Amino acid sequence: MFSHKVIEKNSVLLLILTLVVVSIGGIIEIAPLFYLESTIEKVKGMRPYSPLELAGRNIYIREGCYNCHSQMIRPLRDEAERYGHYSLAAESMYDHPFQWGSKRTGPDLARVGGRYSDEWHVTHMRRPQDVVPESVMPPYSFLARTELDVPDISADLIANRRVGVPYSDEMIAKAKQDMMTQVDPDADEVDELLARYPKAQVRDFDGNPKMVSELDALISYLQMLGTLVDFTSYDPEKNRR
Amino acid sequence: MNLLWIAFSIIGAVVGLLLSAKAQDQGMMIHGMIFAIASILAAYALISRHYNPQAATTAAAGGIVYNTEIVKYGVIASTFWGIVGFLVGVVIALQLTFPVLNLDLQWTSFGRLRPLHTSAVVFAFGGNILMATSFHVVQRTCRARLAGNMAPWFVFWGYQLFIVLAATGYVLGITQSKEYAEPEWYVDIWLTVVWVVYLFVFLVTLWKREEKHIYVANWFYLAFIVTVAMLHVVNSLAMPVSITGVKSYSLFAGVQSALTQWWYGHNAVGFFLTAGFLALMYYFIPKRANRPVYSYRLSIIHFWAIIFLYIWAGPHHLLYTALPDWSQTLGITFSIMLWMPSWGGMINGLMTLSGAWDKLRTDPVIRFLVTSVAFYGMSTFEGPLMSIKPVNALSHYTDWTIGHVHSGALGWVAYVSFGALYFLVPVLWNRKTMYSDKLISLHFWISTIGILLYITSMWVSGILQGLMWRAYDAFGFLEYSFSETVEAMHPFYGIRAFGGILFLIGALIMAYNMWRTIRGDVKADEVGKLVINPEYVAGRA
Repeated sequence: MFSHKVIEKNSVLLLILTLVVVSIGGIIEIAPLFYLESTIEKVKGMRPYSPLELAGRNIYIREGCYNCHSQMIRPLRDEAERYGHYSLAAESMYDHPFQWGSKRTGPDLARVGGRYSDEWHVTHMRRPQDVVPESVMPPYSFLARTELDVPDISADLIANRRVGVPYSDEMIAKAKQDMMTQVDPDADEVDELLARYPKAQVRDFDGNPKMVSELDALISYLQMLGTLVDFTSYDPEKNRR
Repeated sequence: MNLLWIAFSIIGAVVGLLLSAKAQDQGMMIHGMIFAIASILAAYALISRHYNPQAATTAAAGGIVYNTEIVKYGVIASTFWGIVGFLVGVVIALQLTFPVLNLDLQWTSFGRLRPLHTSAVVFAFGGNILMATSFHVVQRTCRARLAGNMAPWFVFWGYQLFIVLAATGYVLGITQSKEYAEPEWYVDIWLTVVWVVYLFVFLVTLWKREEKHIYVANWFYLAFIVTVAMLHVVNSLAMPVSITGVKSYSLFAGVQSALTQWWYGHNAVGFFLTAGFLALMYYFIPKRANRPVYSYRLSIIHFWAIIFLYIWAGPHHLLYTALPDWSQTLGITFSIMLWMPSWGGMINGLMTLSGAWDKLRTDPVIRFLVTSVAFYGMSTFEGPLMSIKPVNALSHYTDWTIGHVHSGALGWVAYVSFGALYFLVPVLWNRKTMYSDKLISLHFWISTIGILLYITSMWVSGILQGLMWRAYDAFGFLEYSFSETVEAMHPFYGIRAFGGILFLIGALIMAYNMWRTIRGDVKADEVGKLVINPEYVAGRA
């Protein structure tokens, strides 16, 4: 007859059994997500972030926007009406890490792209209460004054490629050029940029042509959120999980 | 051995200086410098100790000299960090009430201070409590001195360095954006080193034990230490952009990243804030009430059931998301099953008081400990409820979650910690009593009112906002804009901040009471009426 005393008298046995018991759940729940093909829907339009969008996303992360904003629309009637089509797994497949969030002190941002003008965002970031009087969002006026300073954007793309984002050699080589081109619609390299990153929006986002600011990067990221997947060709029935 | 530690600190200083000099960004420059300074201080302390060795302490009756010094440091550190964490909590609660308090500075905005609050209370306050009490409990229940001479001090100071690096990082905007796992890759590596040494100090002390059986509290401590190691290492896997820069990209993306993070996040609750603190329950309640644990069998079932089931519950943070349904359903099922071991454990803790219920009236420390278990029961009832899909559809993304977390964090974690601190201070500093029991009582009532205001205001605001988001008018349109729901939260955010202030005041009263006790004072009008510390040894300073 087994007695628990055996375990209580042997610290190594207790340690090993504990490790075994706590490993089971994670292995069964998480591991299949890495090989089940149904985990991520088949969609058209997803592409890696352009260098400027990636830099903007890093500012989004740095400022802790995820603390108050989700990027995950649930398949509930009111959310679909308020925010748009429910979020697909495919839409965050290049997000290292995910930004789904857990709290909506502010609204969901999964499809905020194209919803407001650049000017609205510029004003909103300077003082949110100027456009939404009830808002409790902090002001981020320093973003417009701070020059976008990324030590080496190619290195960011390389790190992303190492964890699985399909950046090509060309994308990495032209990363710095692409980042600067995206805020300059008159540049010669715009077509190149659009070939590499379809649907990328090219313009001076913060309305200040003298400087590429952190606000340029952040708005370029916000304006592309939720705009990539082509929902006219998406078949939910085929992607049932 | 000492020379080895000195060598390590010199290497640490060199690495820190190199990182700082070659830094790609301001963050690494500052953090390299902090690391170098910490290493130089450590080297200085080690060398001066080498030349002025401390006199060997003589063994007391029983022949064991416990390492109480390390526990004393832990008690002070956890009180300090607790107050810091509660204070930052009050600040961000007020920021949500009055956004002007964000000051329009990047370092003081809500987005950067909120991780500072969560990490300060969970890892700085909670972590120090867990380390200090585990070092105390493992020595007493094994009747053996803590293993290692320098190793426990490395764990203590190394952990404080981790806290400082994490906290300064948040303010500077260095974050991985994974909740409760925000520190960047190099801080994660440092924590892993500290944690492995912690595991060894604990294990080797178990190996030195004079008792045949390993006491139940130590099972929980051990499970907490190894599981947190596993969760931390897996969830933190990331690719640095440069080894002289702070930025990294998580190994996982999208769905996989989400579930790995909430597997980690939920079990930070399950193993850091539950298993670890259940160890406190299993030691301090029987000790203080002077009664044996209610049921030995129940504690065996409690232990294995809770560590097995908890690990599965992560997906309940991702209901109705793009996580596949099968995974969501597993998460819900196990969350509901968790009800049983949670309440089994609660019953085991509460029933330990059978025959000693009168102490609830006479001993304010028992009151803290018992109330903590009651809050534990309440929030482990609420948790499974919120994991059910229809409830979650309403509660998710709202303040209800915040309220739920705080009923566990303030009511359970902090209260069982306060009970342990009030127990430990007279024991460690060998005082006959606390300075004042009335102040403990005052702390209890003021913070209980604070907690109740906090939880109830968050229930109301959470459910109200959830209902407003889904309200339709007579024409079938959404009735409220998002900003209208934000406006409706305002009074409840005010009440919540007030509750937090009361809780903070309670902690300050505790710190004062502890300080006077350590000085050896006894409040004049309470002489003779105070609860006596049974471990007091007369004539030993």
